[in-house]
Amino acid sequence: MHRLLTWIDTRFGTATFVHHAIRKAFPDHWSFMLGEINMYAFIVLLATGTFIALWFVPSEHDVVYTGPYAVLQGARVSEAYDSVLHLCFNVNAGLLIRQIHHWAANIFIAGILVHMGRIFFTGAFRKPRELNWIVGVLLLFAALFEGFSGYSLPDDLLSGMGLAIAAAILQSIPFAGTYLMFWLAGGAWPPEQLIGRLFVAHVYIVPALIALGITVHLMMLWRQKHTQFPGARRTEENVVGSPLFPHYTLKSLALQFGVIATCCALGAWVQINPVWLWGPYDVDKAISPAQPDWYIGWLEGALRLSPPVSIHLFGHMIPSAFWPGAALPLGIMLFLFAYPFIEAFVTGDYAAHHLLDRPRDKPVRTAFGVAFLVFMIGLFLAGSDDVQVRYLHLPLNDVVWGYRLFCIFGTGIAFWIAYRGASELQKKDGVHQAERVRLQRKPEGGFEEEPVA
Amino acid sequence: MNPRERAIALSLLLSILGSAVFAYAFVTQRSVQWQGGALVCVFVGLMVAMLGWARWVVQPEEVVDLRDTYPGSQEERGKQVEAFTHGVAQITRKTWLSRMLYSALGAIGVALLFPLAALGPQPDDTLFHTKWRRGMRLQRTDGTLVKADDLNVDGVETVYPEGDGGDYRAMAVLIRLPEDTVADTASGLIAYSKACTHAGCPVALYRAADHRLICPCHQSVFDVADGAKVLEGPADRPLPRLPIEISSDGYVRAAGDFSDTVGPGFWEHA
Repeated sequence: MHRLLTWIDTRFGTATFVHHAIRKAFPDHWSFMLGEINMYAFIVLLATGTFIALWFVPSEHDVVYTGPYAVLQGARVSEAYDSVLHLCFNVNAGLLIRQIHHWAANIFIAGILVHMGRIFFTGAFRKPRELNWIVGVLLLFAALFEGFSGYSLPDDLLSGMGLAIAAAILQSIPFAGTYLMFWLAGGAWPPEQLIGRLFVAHVYIVPALIALGITVHLMMLWRQKHTQFPGARRTEENVVGSPLFPHYTLKSLALQFGVIATCCALGAWVQINPVWLWGPYDVDKAISPAQPDWYIGWLEGALRLSPPVSIHLFGHMIPSAFWPGAALPLGIMLFLFAYPFIEAFVTGDYAAHHLLDRPRDKPVRTAFGVAFLVFMIGLFLAGSDDVQVRYLHLPLNDVVWGYRLFCIFGTGIAFWIAYRGASELQKKDGVHQAERVRLQRKPEGGFEEEPVA
Repeated sequence: MNPRERAIALSLLLSILGSAVFAYAFVTQRSVQWQGGALVCVFVGLMVAMLGWARWVVQPEEVVDLRDTYPGSQEERGKQVEAFTHGVAQITRKTWLSRMLYSALGAIGVALLFPLAALGPQPDDTLFHTKWRRGMRLQRTDGTLVKADDLNVDGVETVYPEGDGGDYRAMAVLIRLPEDTVADTASGLIAYSKACTHAGCPVALYRAADHRLICPCHQSVFDVADGAKVLEGPADRPLPRLPIEISSDGYVRAAGDFSDTVGPGFWEHA
C-alpha cells in the first residue's frame, strides 16, 4: 500500500489530498445517509438495467407470440413486448432481475423525495448550497422521466395508454407541440420511432445525465463540506464527525448492502408490473381502472382535476391538457429552482449557513413545505379517484370536486396546522431547555455564573 | 472469540452460504423467490457484518474539519477579473475580426438547427384528416366487415376503415341506439371517433342505460344521444362524428371523414 500510494504521489502529487480525504469529517446523523440510498439504488439500476438491455428488443415490429405463456400464444405483439415476456419466462433469473430493477427505480425516486424533504425542512439549501439544490431538483426530474420511460418500454397495454397521454401532452405545447411530436417521436400517435428513441433516452442519454448530475452533486458537497446540526463544539466554521475512512466507509457499505438486500427482497417476493397480465398495447383497447406508477400519480391527478378550459386564440388552440400536463410540472420545477433565492429574498437572510435548522425553528418554511406536500398528495389521491368511487359508491363528479376543494383549502389548513404545531413545539423547547451558563471558579472559592447566548 | 465477533462471523457465514445457494438455485433454475431469497441472504449478511464492524471493531473517533473561508481575499477576486478582462481585450483587439468570429459561431448555431428537423417528418395535414372516405366499409378489430343487421340495440363495436385495422386516428365506435333516441341515425346506428379529445385515450367504456361513452383514463363522459357532447370530466370538445350510411347490400359504409379533427388538441387546431 505504501509503495502504491508513493508511486501515485510521485506522479500526481496526491498525498495531501488523500490524507485529508481519508480523515474527512462526516457528521453523524441518520438523515445524512438518505441521499446515499439513491446513489446505491442507482448502482443497482445500472447493474440490473444492463442485463435487461441485453435482452430487450426496442421495436414496434409485429410478431406472433409463441412462448410459454399460454394465454397470449398466437397473439400479435410487438417485438418489444415479446422480448420482455421472453426475459420474464425464458431467461434464467430474468424475471427476478426485471423486478429488482423496477423496485430499485421506486426506491430511487422515493429516496430522492425523502432526501429532498430532509434538505428542505432543515434549511440545507441555503447559501452557499443553492446550486447543489438546483442540481438535486434536476436529478429528481431526470429520475421521474427515467422512471416513466422505463415502464413505457415494454409496450404493454398499460404503458401504451400512458405514452398516448404523454404524447397528447407533448402535442399540447403551444407553438412547438406538433413539431416536437413529429420530430422527437417521429410522427402523429402512434409513432413508429417511439420505442427505439425512448430506449436510447432510457438506457443512454438520461442515465448519463443522472450519472453526471450525481458526480456534480457530490463534488459540490465535497468542496463545500457537510452541513451539521447545532451541538457541542459545532460551529459555522467547522465540521465535527467521524472520519471517512474507516468509520464512515463501513457505515456506508452497510447501507449499500442494505439497499441491495431490500431491492432483492422486494424483487424476489413482491410482484411488480406483471406486463403479461396487461396484454400487448393495442390502440383501441384500454384498462380500467388504470393508474401510472405512483411517482407520476400527481400528474395523473392533475389531469383529472383540472377544469376543461382550452384557449382558442386567432385560429390557434391551447388544449386543456396543457395546463395540468405541461405547465404545472414546469411551474413546479421552476419554483423549486427558485426557492432558495425566494426564501433569502423574503427573509432578507443572505448569509451563509452551515448549521442546520430544526423544522420547528422555522415554522413558516415548515408550514409552507407541509402545505406543498399536502397539495401534491391531493393530486396524487385524485389520480386514483376511479378506484375510490368503485369502493365508496359515490358519484365521480362529487369526488372530483372534493379533491379540487381539498387541493385549494386543504393546503391552507395544512399550512395553519403545521405552523401552529411548529410554534407549539418551539415553545415547549423553551420551557425545558436548560439555560446555558459559563461557570467560573472564583479565587476566593465558590462559583460565579454568567449567561451565554 | 467474544459474542460480538461471533455475530459478525455468523453474518459473513450467512453471506457465503447465500452465494452458494444462489449459484445452486441458478444452475437448477429455481423460482424467482429462491434465487432472490439467496441474494437477500448474501447482502443482509454483508450489511450486518459491516454494521457490527463499524460499531464494535473500529474504535470511535471524532475529527474536526475547519471550513475553508471563502470569500477569498478581495485581492484574489480582483486578480481573477483582471485576468479575464485582459484575455477578452486580447481577443477583441481587432474589432472586425471578432465580429466575424461571432458571426461564424452564430452561423454554426443556426446550421445545427436544421438536423433537428431531420429527426422526423415535417408536420403536415396528417392531424386534420383520417383514412375514412365516402363508401368505405367498416371493419371490426378481427378484420370482419360490419353489416347493418349485425348489431343489436345497445350493441357496440370498434371499427376501422376496411383494410386499415389498427389505425389510431381512424378508429371509431359504432353503436346501435334504441329507436327514436336520435333523429339522424342510419337505422339507429351512430358512430363517433374513439380517440378521446382530452388526452387521446380510447373511449372504451359504454353505458347503454343513458347512452354514455366514458374515457377510462380521466373519466370524461360523452353523451352519445346528444352529439357526443361532454357532460363531465376534463375533455372540452365533443367526439367527432363519423357519418355513416347503409348501402343496398346491407353493409355499413362511411359517408365521408369525421365531422371534426380527431383526438387531443394541438396548437394548429382551430
